Amino acid sequence: MHGYANPARFLKIARWFTMPLLVGGLLVTAAALVWGWTTAPPDRLMGDSVKILFVHLPAAWLGMGGWTAIAIASLVELVWRHPLAAISARAVAVPGAVFAFLCLASGSIWGRPTWGTWWVWDGRLTSMLVLLFLYLGYMALTNALAREGSSSRIAAIFGLVGAINVPIINRSVVWWNSLHQPPSITMGNSAIDPIYLYPLLASVLGFSLLFGGVVFARMRAILADAQAEARLRRKAQKAELAQATAGEA
Amino acid sequence: MRETLDMMDFVYAAYAICLIGTLALAGWSFASMRAAERRREESRRK
Repeated sequence: MHGYANPARFLKIARWFTMPLLVGGLLVTAAALVWGWTTAPPDRLMGDSVKILFVHLPAAWLGMGGWTAIAIASLVELVWRHPLAAISARAVAVPGAVFAFLCLASGSIWGRPTWGTWWVWDGRLTSMLVLLFLYLGYMALTNALAREGSSSRIAAIFGLVGAINVPIINRSVVWWNSLHQPPSITMGNSAIDPIYLYPLLASVLGFSLLFGGVVFARMRAILADAQAEARLRRKAQKAELAQATAGEA
Repeated sequence: MRETLDMMDFVYAAYAICLIGTLALAGWSFASMRAAERRREESRRK
């Protein structure tokens, strides 16, 4: 694992993967959505609104998966001091927050025709909203720490503590009464008909590839900014030193 | 009186938000990456 800790080596790999992941993700997502849109029949209870499943569920999984990735990267940073762990956690925060927001927005739109309401303060919706706030707090904290040049260990602790919300979101529909349906897909099991399930899995794959591409692009941007800033600081210090030496002479 | 809702309006709205959001995220990430890498190259030349 430490073999990839070298930013130069990582950048070489990231340059290869960023564009294929972004373009591949866009193509697979587009194909999956067309597939689902054209083949999925209206559901007996939800009617045509069942098509929202193909965008809502990938957004929900990636919103939760994003924080799981932040927690793993935070643990790696705290235990092994891997230099890219903090950067990868920072890079995941923006797409994670966007997908958490898209999950809430599409879920709210889906709720109106199926539940008769845009929003209820039940366990699932509230814990997902908490996840979005955790993302916003994490981004504010990491940006502030990066600006001040402080250690990212506080953000790593925040990332680990916030992970407690992920299993709460997952189990919320089992623990509390909710308008939200219980889990349809569990480990190795699915209550979803294959006519919905296969385009849904393709959509999850497409959005996940896009998520990966965005994370690589964010990591490259963070690394490039850090390298440019360090170089400019070194040059400014050299210029100051040269000026001071010339003044003494 | 029973309210009748056209389900497809909600489907279009959900897809529009998710697709615009995802495309904006991908476009912004790519553009900010290119801008940051350009800044790094300029810092090398200065």
